[in-house]
Amino acid sequence: MSRLSQPHLLGIKNITPDDIELIFETADNFKEVINRPIKKVPSLRDVSIANIFFENSTRTRLSFELAQKRLSADVINFSASTSSVKKGETLLDTVNNILAMKVDMIVMRHASVGAPHFLSKHIKANIINAGDGTHEHPTQALLDAYSIREKLKTVKGKKVAIIGDILHSRVALSNIFALKKLGAEVMVCGPPTLLPKFISKLGVKVEWDLQKALAWCDVANVLRIQLERQQIKYFPSLREYSLYYGITKKILDQLKKEIVVMHPGPINRGVELSSDAADSSHAIILDQVENGVAIRMAVMYLLAGATA
Amino acid sequence: MQKKLILDSDLLTVTLDRLCQELIENHPDFENTVIIGLQPRGIFLAEWIHEKLVASLKKDIPLGYLDATFHRDDFRRREIPAKASETKVPFLIEGKKVILIDDVLYTGRTVRAALDAMIAFGRPEKVELLVLIDRKRTRELPIAADYVGNYVNTLDSQRVLVELDSDHKHHKIWLINKD
Repeated sequence: MSRLSQPHLLGIKNITPDDIELIFETADNFKEVINRPIKKVPSLRDVSIANIFFENSTRTRLSFELAQKRLSADVINFSASTSSVKKGETLLDTVNNILAMKVDMIVMRHASVGAPHFLSKHIKANIINAGDGTHEHPTQALLDAYSIREKLKTVKGKKVAIIGDILHSRVALSNIFALKKLGAEVMVCGPPTLLPKFISKLGVKVEWDLQKALAWCDVANVLRIQLERQQIKYFPSLREYSLYYGITKKILDQLKKEIVVMHPGPINRGVELSSDAADSSHAIILDQVENGVAIRMAVMYLLAGATA
Repeated sequence: MQKKLILDSDLLTVTLDRLCQELIENHPDFENTVIIGLQPRGIFLAEWIHEKLVASLKKDIPLGYLDATFHRDDFRRREIPAKASETKVPFLIEGKKVILIDDVLYTGRTVRAALDAMIAFGRPEKVELLVLIDRKRTRELPIAADYVGNYVNTLDSQRVLVELDSDHKHHKIWLINKD
């Protein structure tokens, strides 16, 4: 019997390596569950979970919802574009109204950094951060590390390069925290304008040259260029970005080594990753999606189960 | 802490041989029968019985492990969520006769959860329960075992400790008084 050190999952920064290991071990069990002929277990019967998404999402919301349904939780979905938020309601009021309907757990995505942390100080329900602005996306980092563990047996000692738009990426920050806690070596690679100025303070290597990064790493986690978050021009054109930082099958084949290619999705095919690279045997992108359901089941099971 | 020995290695071997004979009596050729051990403590017993049956019948009998943690009815009623173990049922139990094996039958709640968990792998023709120790008059649900190694009269304040070891020489089953 074990429990997480926190009543919420706000970010990887707040949890311990033991927490991550417990989540992984529990996810192993749930991965077996979701490959059964009947994929549903009754664990979270009578637990109500609200998915509150103030920002768009396909994968994460579907993955959470499927995980909740496989655990037999009651689910309500809420997206900001169709709600009273448009009429000027505050975040706290919105959430308190949902909680008044006896909801036990909140899964929230918000464009503002720290929104779930703020919420956790004011309400009693368990909170899972499904992405807050450019800050953290903990379940994505967990499923990424879990997928590396599954593919390469362990995360410890592996070399992972995170490539692309590091500046605007919550996936990058959560991944750095998770991989460092599990003992991996981490490098970030991208054009200097898309790398945060003090990123090396987090104990990661910094590389501008894609070829050097690929030659160094066991795993390349490729990120999307987040044009929607870019207020100014960070590089001359997408075409130029693609020429310098786009990964193709040809580049991967020239490495003459085993390399694992990951992408949190959605992929911009032909920009950061070519179609033939995304569909190659190096890529474990769809395994990541499958593991996402198991990881989220594990997180919600562990949070909902710790009642005292 | 007071301990009383209920079964030792020699007696346990006799008991298990008897249980295997009973199983063969009811399932003469094990043609359509599978064995499922309940995690975590029924596994070793299930493996041992399986080994004995395979040796005496000289045929392959499917063996699986079932973990019922996610089907328990005390989730969120205890402080910490129970930790799950591996489930490995590499066959469909649709239309099969299933023998569930666990070490101790106490309240019956684990068996109830296991019956629920088992249904995810199909609808069995028949389910039977084998336990090494049946604690009498402690049941909270209407569940009974079909094959019993030993009946033991116990109090709620007592605990049955099953210590099995892999070389089959130092098995001990204790009745313990909790302080």
